[in-house]
Amino acid sequence: MTDITQAVAPRATALELFDGPVTDANLRRYLEGIPGVDAVGLEQRAAGLGTRSIKTTSKKWALDTIIGLIDLTTLEGADTPGKVRSLVAKAITPDATDASTPRVAAVCVYGDMVPYAVEALGAHHAKGTDSGINVAAVATAFPSGRASLAIKLSDTADAVDAGADEIDMVIDRGAFLAGRYGQVFDEIVAVKEACRRADGTYAHLKVILETGELNTYDNVRRASWLSILAGGDFIKTSTGKVSPAATLPVTLLMLEVVRDWHRLTGEKIGVKPAGGIRTSKDAIKYLVTVAETVGEDWLQPHLFRFGASSLLNDVLLQRQKMTTGHYSGADYVTID
Amino acid sequence: MSRLAVPKTYKLYIGGKFPRSESGRTYEVAATDGTFLANAAKASRKDARDAVVAARSAQSGWAGATPYNRGQVLYRIAELLEGRRVQFVDEIERSEGVSADAANRQVDEAIDRWVWYAGWADKYAQVAGNANPVSGPYFNLSVPEPTGVVAIVAPQNSSLLGLVSVVAPALVAGNTVVVIASETLPLSAISLSEVLATSDVPGGVVNILTGSPAEITPWLASHADVNAIDLTGAGGLDWVDLEIAAAETLKRVLRPEGGTDSAAPSLDRITALTETKTVWHTKSLI
Repeated sequence: MTDITQAVAPRATALELFDGPVTDANLRRYLEGIPGVDAVGLEQRAAGLGTRSIKTTSKKWALDTIIGLIDLTTLEGADTPGKVRSLVAKAITPDATDASTPRVAAVCVYGDMVPYAVEALGAHHAKGTDSGINVAAVATAFPSGRASLAIKLSDTADAVDAGADEIDMVIDRGAFLAGRYGQVFDEIVAVKEACRRADGTYAHLKVILETGELNTYDNVRRASWLSILAGGDFIKTSTGKVSPAATLPVTLLMLEVVRDWHRLTGEKIGVKPAGGIRTSKDAIKYLVTVAETVGEDWLQPHLFRFGASSLLNDVLLQRQKMTTGHYSGADYVTID
Repeated sequence: MSRLAVPKTYKLYIGGKFPRSESGRTYEVAATDGTFLANAAKASRKDARDAVVAARSAQSGWAGATPYNRGQVLYRIAELLEGRRVQFVDEIERSEGVSADAANRQVDEAIDRWVWYAGWADKYAQVAGNANPVSGPYFNLSVPEPTGVVAIVAPQNSSLLGLVSVVAPALVAGNTVVVIASETLPLSAISLSEVLATSDVPGGVVNILTGSPAEITPWLASHADVNAIDLTGAGGLDWVDLEIAAAETLKRVLRPEGGTDSAAPSLDRITALTETKTVWHTKSLI
């Protein structure tokens, strides 16, 4: 790879930053020039943020905010149109016993399930806005990302054509770990282009770093910068198929990159921790971390999301506890 | 050479582990003459909530074990109780202020009662279940199944025997238990939790809370994930309100019992915490 700006364009601000074309060489120079992460400091900071006590009205606000930030997800080989329809029904009416419950931000499904999700949503389909429920599709040979570029691009275009408002792509971790940053960069730029609809607008692009496979915090920081430079609208921690999935320190680190990028360029990039967030208590720690790192501005659906399936039920149980004054149980929410 | 006394601060038993109370509170357990015996954890409503979560997650596994296996596991507890009888006798003597003979009798009776209930595990279904005659070529079978998570207020005037009398029958059918021990006599309950932790009982099947029943019981009575509440030891509480709260979520309720030997051993204590499932099945096509 030499100069890929001829074919498709990466983020304009990235070109300014590099003062010229993005080449493999200056990409490597840039990413490897980023200072290393103080792992102990990062983990202590994350642990510190996790000790905040959020009670009563703040907790109620937090629970409602969490619901509004959830990408309700089903990514199983056994997914059926019926499963997707019931997922959408849950997204529209999370708690049938309480009409004041907010709706989730999006449903997240495999590409071939997008038409069923769109159909089931009907008038509730937000189509890329914040006023309804969006459809997110995982693409680019999710979760491994092991396929040729042509396959990844057609996978993406297919989902966008079917009506997906958001695309969750995976980066090529193999190429990244082998140091072929240019290839990873190229792919993100190309997938971004594949997100373009017939009318010239773009589906939102979330770039999954799969931090559980990147091994070090330094790699996470580099991959975050790389994804943002290439034009990702969101950086997402994990596919949920690899353990460890989202952790608080990793999310904090990615939020710090987003904060730095905002200071540098004024652009706001979204963050989506996904996988392993199952309890309201955990989710509230993430809210605190977002608010303390990038600011409360980020606590809206186009800048922060939770990728989760079982989290919603736990939040609903907590919500019912706050409304009724007694503890609720799994019999009072849907079976996932 | 004289030794320093080792004052003990005990913890709760939740999900097979020994956590401190979430609230960080403890209270002093005293002998009848007022001398200090130990510190016990004073459980809060959140400890009760955690205990219910542990009991719920252990329930399907315990109910799914074969009745024969459950019987063996329960019998093993009786063996362990026997092995630690000196400790139990000593604690009962000191905390109830009774003679060694009386303490020994209580431990004997508790162990015998545990063995008696263990024996029921693979037998109660034959007695409580039934093959119903129906007007058609069908088998119609009624079988008892465990209710689920059972919250128990243990008798407040007995260290070990009262506790065993309410916990053992609930376990027989495959229920899991959250039990609030006697507030003034918790030492046997704490020792029992140490017995359970070293037995074959899976973590979460029995969860033991020490502290104030008046404080914790209302939360368990109204908890939507608790299927039954045994108020045997709740005579001193405002138990009518507890029963009303329990009715909101359609719990089975066992009312308080008084007397010297409340919760006497009976098959009824087992079947009270079961639900009857009736199934139809065609007779063979000849």
